[in-house]
Amino acid sequence: MKVSYYPGCTLKSNARNFEDSALCALKSLGLEVKELDRWNCCGTVYSLATDDLIHHLASIRNLIRVKEAQSDAVMTLCAMCYNTLKRVNDRVKADPESLSKVHKFMDEEKIAYAGDVKVRHLLELLRDDVKFETVAKKVQRPLTNLRVASYYGCLLVRPKGVGLDDMENPTVLDDLARTLGAEPVDFPYKTECCGAYQTVDKPESVADRAFSILSSAVRRGAEVVSVSCPLCAFNLDHRQEDTVKKYSGFKTIPVLYFTQLMAMALGCDEKDLRLDLHHIDPGPLLKQKGLI
Amino acid sequence: MKTSLSRQKINDDFVKKIEELSGQKLLACYQCGKCSAGCPAVSEMDILPNQVIRFAQLGLKDELLNARSVWVCASCYTCNVRCPKGIKIAEVMEAVRQVLLRKRRDHVEVRKLTDKEKAGVPAIALISNFRKFTS
Repeated sequence: MKVSYYPGCTLKSNARNFEDSALCALKSLGLEVKELDRWNCCGTVYSLATDDLIHHLASIRNLIRVKEAQSDAVMTLCAMCYNTLKRVNDRVKADPESLSKVHKFMDEEKIAYAGDVKVRHLLELLRDDVKFETVAKKVQRPLTNLRVASYYGCLLVRPKGVGLDDMENPTVLDDLARTLGAEPVDFPYKTECCGAYQTVDKPESVADRAFSILSSAVRRGAEVVSVSCPLCAFNLDHRQEDTVKKYSGFKTIPVLYFTQLMAMALGCDEKDLRLDLHHIDPGPLLKQKGLI
Repeated sequence: MKTSLSRQKINDDFVKKIEELSGQKLLACYQCGKCSAGCPAVSEMDILPNQVIRFAQLGLKDELLNARSVWVCASCYTCNVRCPKGIKIAEVMEAVRQVLLRKRRDHVEVRKLTDKEKAGVPAIALISNFRKFTS
């Protein structure tokens, strides 16, 4: 199976720490993926209105780029890109009428898309194709004694049929953390919404969500929270600035992408972690654990 | 709040429009309240998610179009995956938003956001916010 890599907007800016760590980790695993030559925004959210086909074009164009690269699948790191690309793909595959309408909107594409690209998240590739046992064998620096609470959020696991794990009790990130030698910490808020794009017009409400989610993880003994979405990462990490001001006694906690955990365990350099992009600096904790 | 019910409201085109845009059969809902029980945004809502469905069944157009709830919902799909009747509540919320957005009644005014506000959040936040809250 030939896989193309679709980064999406934020991995090239605010979430460089996500992309750089992922690419280094993949290299250590001997899995080098090629980025699509030309890609555009996926649309970030799947259009829920039944008649809103025009907004699916952004995703379809990316899927056409995958066909042009003669790949069978597209891999994403971002949970929102994954969800949007996958749902659009499923929609046009199940509904030929909407697919033909979408084609009528596009007159510059050389390929008529047929819904035949597989949309895969890196976590799926690691779990189902590479297998965690193989990842475990490549671990050079086990994350021993690091207590990691994995936060799944919404779009990695919902809706039904789109999510890549159990909707109510997902474990893929915890299984990966264990594979890397860390100690997974289960917590009840692991699939609770962080407020997503409300962070633009209602940042105070996102600070409240960050409080509920992160305090729950801290109460269970977590030292770090692992995420798979750049928007969750921003809301849980950067919005802690407001959470601290609002809730006295709130204990801050660093937020890392699951790929940063991988990069550390698989022997990447500290520069690949791009710790300068974090609000709550994970540096002191990682130094104390001897991981950087 | 005084709410009046009428056959006229129930048969109004508004109900059909919500059903069409959301792709949901509103009368399938028997008001168990599971959507509201699990909604992470419910504390900020003026009417509960199950009430959004009930109001839509009854054609309470003004009440729905003025509800804060539909703008508080972040389409996290917790309600959708838990509904025992398989109703996609998040799609109904979207339908109500769309009725307003298609009349150019934007919830977020992009021009009023300061450069600092825009620079303070990642692209993924701005794009998804504008996709959901502007026409």
